[in-house]
Amino acid sequence: MQGSESPRIFAHDLACRRGDRVLFRRLSLDLGPGTACHVTGANGSGKTTLIRTLAGLTPPLTGTARCEGAVGLFDERIGLDPERTLGTALDFWFALDGASDPSAVLERLCLSTLVDVPVRYLSTGQRKRAGLARLLGQNAPVWLLDEPLSGLDTASQALVSKLIAEHLDNQGTALIASHQALDVPGLETLAIEDFAVREEALP
Amino acid sequence: MIGWTLRRDLGLFFPFAGGANGGGGAGAALPVIFFVAVAMLYPFAVGPDAATLARTGGGVVWIAALLAAILPLDRLVTRDIELGHFDQLRLRGMSEEAMMAVRMLAHWLSFGPPLILAAFPAAALLQLDGPTLHLVLIGLLAGTPGLAAIGLIIAALTASLRSGAALSGLLLIPLALPILIFGAGALARQDEASLGFVAAISLGLVALAPFAAGAAIRAVR
Repeated sequence: MQGSESPRIFAHDLACRRGDRVLFRRLSLDLGPGTACHVTGANGSGKTTLIRTLAGLTPPLTGTARCEGAVGLFDERIGLDPERTLGTALDFWFALDGASDPSAVLERLCLSTLVDVPVRYLSTGQRKRAGLARLLGQNAPVWLLDEPLSGLDTASQALVSKLIAEHLDNQGTALIASHQALDVPGLETLAIEDFAVREEALP
Repeated sequence: MIGWTLRRDLGLFFPFAGGANGGGGAGAALPVIFFVAVAMLYPFAVGPDAATLARTGGGVVWIAALLAAILPLDRLVTRDIELGHFDQLRLRGMSEEAMMAVRMLAHWLSFGPPLILAAFPAAALLQLDGPTLHLVLIGLLAGTPGLAAIGLIIAALTASLRSGAALSGLLLIPLALPILIFGAGALARQDEASLGFVAAISLGLVALAPFAAGAAIRAVR
């Protein structure tokens, strides 16, 4: 794990907006080492916005949101060059992150046979797994996962749950936004609609 | 980190660098081919009279260089925003300014030096004499970093627009006018002094561009 400080995902009295619409407010959460939270909510309820705010990519409307420790973000945009082969595209991130054992990561996600295939020819599920490979190589103590299960087959979905459980065992922390159920012991849940704001204009 | 990113960014433009497999395609070659093609077409259009060509050819080289600088703009920034590439770099602690500075360097390397080399065949096609070629080469060396900087700012500013690529070409032309005026003006007077202005404009733009472009991609996110 990178970083000496203990990982933490923290939000206090958080309100976020997309465009001129307030999505949710008064959201607070605090996740420490070994704990994870499963965020649920309908499409457009603000799960992705919450994750991007926690990652520090978009500013909150009010309140505070931050992560302590290196952050691994996994969302629909996997950050791999479509024209490059899977191997070279992943190698860029592995080199940047100083991944200790890239071949083991590829083996784990059943990608070893696909390293010579350009990323744009990968199927949806294979692309997802490639994104997960980048995340594992990063070895970050904080995981922010946005819909990690969509488009994956049953075996891969079970693998994702297993990876999250292992991540927590290693004193990592994670926040997962997903419509599907996750089979991870000790998972907290947060329904984002509990904090939803209806028909409210910006102050 | 900067080194890896620069290598990868160069791979976007040069297919053979950075281990990319057919990565940028004709990315880097296209502006150069375009540049030489303009120099080749010009004598056909105005006639092969050596005196006319020698008098006007230097200006044509400049216009061709300016138009060639527009070609790579559509893939300069937008693509990596859509890929989530900049998000991932940000999470690893790299500032938007650093990302844009690296991107500007890669962009310039992909079209500046190739264009300067291509100025030799272009000068032969346009029957430019030695002193004129000398001024064109120094001018391009001084001016292309400025063109790269303007291109980067425009590409970042238009990244969120649907027809950004077409618009960026239109925006670059007026903004590149000072570089063109001083660069081509040096040819008319056969005087190196005004190339100093070109270099100064370039320097200012290069210093400004990472901040302007960095702020632009932060706003898009």
